[in-house]
Amino acid sequence: MIHDLFFAPFAMGFMRRALAGCIALSLAGPPLGVLLVLRRMSLTSEVLQHGILPGIAIGALLGGGAALGGPSLWAMAAGGFAAGLAVVLLAGVLARATGGREDSQLAGLYLLALAAGVAIISATRGIDLVHLLFGSVLAVDAPGLLLMAGAASLAVLGLAVIWRPLVVESFDPDLLRAMGGRGSVWHLAFMALVVLCVVAGFTALGTLMSVGLMMLPAVAARHFSARLAGQVGAAVVIAVLASIAGLLLSFHADIAAGPAIVLAAGAQWAAGLLLGRHASLRARFLT
Amino acid sequence: MTPPPAICVAGLSCRFGTARAVEGLTGRFAPGSLTAVVGPNGAGKTTLLRSLAGLHPGHAGHIDRGGLAARRIALLPQASTLDRSFPVTAGEVVALGGWGEMGVFAAAPAGLAGRVEAALAQVGLAGFAGRGIGALSAGQFQRVMFARLILQDAPVLLLDEPTAAVDARTEADLVALIRAWHAEGRTIIVVLHDLDLVRALCPDTLLLAGEAVAWGPTEQVLTAGNRLRARLLAEAHGAPQRRAA
Repeated sequence: MIHDLFFAPFAMGFMRRALAGCIALSLAGPPLGVLLVLRRMSLTSEVLQHGILPGIAIGALLGGGAALGGPSLWAMAAGGFAAGLAVVLLAGVLARATGGREDSQLAGLYLLALAAGVAIISATRGIDLVHLLFGSVLAVDAPGLLLMAGAASLAVLGLAVIWRPLVVESFDPDLLRAMGGRGSVWHLAFMALVVLCVVAGFTALGTLMSVGLMMLPAVAARHFSARLAGQVGAAVVIAVLASIAGLLLSFHADIAAGPAIVLAAGAQWAAGLLLGRHASLRARFLT
Repeated sequence: MTPPPAICVAGLSCRFGTARAVEGLTGRFAPGSLTAVVGPNGAGKTTLLRSLAGLHPGHAGHIDRGGLAARRIALLPQASTLDRSFPVTAGEVVALGGWGEMGVFAAAPAGLAGRVEAALAQVGLAGFAGRGIGALSAGQFQRVMFARLILQDAPVLLLDEPTAAVDARTEADLVALIRAWHAEGRTIIVVLHDLDLVRALCPDTLLLAGEAVAWGPTEQVLTAGNRLRARLLAEAHGAPQRRAA
């Protein structure tokens, strides 16, 4: 019974590949998500995952327009990465030029990017729009897994390198600048890593939910720890649990895997919100 | 600590967006001086401090730090500018005072933890190193920020409203620390609103209202006439008024 429920599904190759890919995303995304939350940039991740769509579409166009896999996968990833970086830079320029009203600029960018991406894809034969928007983690093949694991590894290593100045810059940017540190360098390096993770996530979760394994665990982790290291650890654990639970849910209940994983992460967020140790309803009303 | 040089400004002008914040400021902060910066809200006090710390770009005129690198000038920002829900401990915030010694990639210097503990003890928070800053009161948080200044050990200190929103006992303790730093020969420039405190603490005062209304010995600066002029200047420039100088 237990074996059938929890272990038998992973006897199948496609489930194992999906799990490996999701665990890669779970190790790389949540630490970045925790910092996005602390830097009050949660919505930026949302913008980025739509922002990469035009790049992915152009990449698919140039890479042969085939389905995921083969040269078009790498072309799509490269296109998505370039588009994501462009959105980061454009958002920064717009925010500075308009005196800091960054949220409205981001809302505009996000709509335009999504529309442009869908427009390009709709004009191109042979690309499955649903596939790109919602992902298909159960269809991840070896090259797809390599892309996810490679990008996730790069993101973890990169974050380890910039961790200290990034955290200081998040808490007290003036201190870092006064000490001669260039805050914008760390910010841009950080955003590049976020884009990398968003690109890594799109094959599994699609460009509509690519940051699901990055942001939901990070938001939930706030309720389980009041320490940065604790929040990062909790977020990774939540993401791994969501990956396993989501894939099992998808297998047994026959619902799409991407949304199942995101919903499983959302369930843990709800649990944290209700019962967590910090800033939860329980902490507020029962203690 | 190396003895501080004089800090001189000549024709210093700063803009904040399109509005002018400081206009044509010229003067000298002598080595080891303790100067209050007072003035109505919007008078450019914070902007002046940030310029001196090298944080406000695009100023016209000149700042001469006498060869002292901007990083050797410690700035205490207004407490409200920091996110007190950030998941770090008091000890970690204090340890940031040692940033100059470790920088981005170097290992933390040996004995840093001990110095952090000692600095916290000096501000009356012995044993608080492991506490999250979210659990601290406003006064305790400001004590932590002072402990960070102790670790920075800078010859020049810029303090932006160090006693705002703290209880009377904390204020007395923090003022005692400022006095001790002054006695050690450090140059201190402190933005204050409480004029009684200014008279009690600071030998010199700069009365600012966009431009310098008066700069010199405190009793000669804080006259009724000067304060009225500052108020009128601020009103003429449309600065928001909450508390007059």
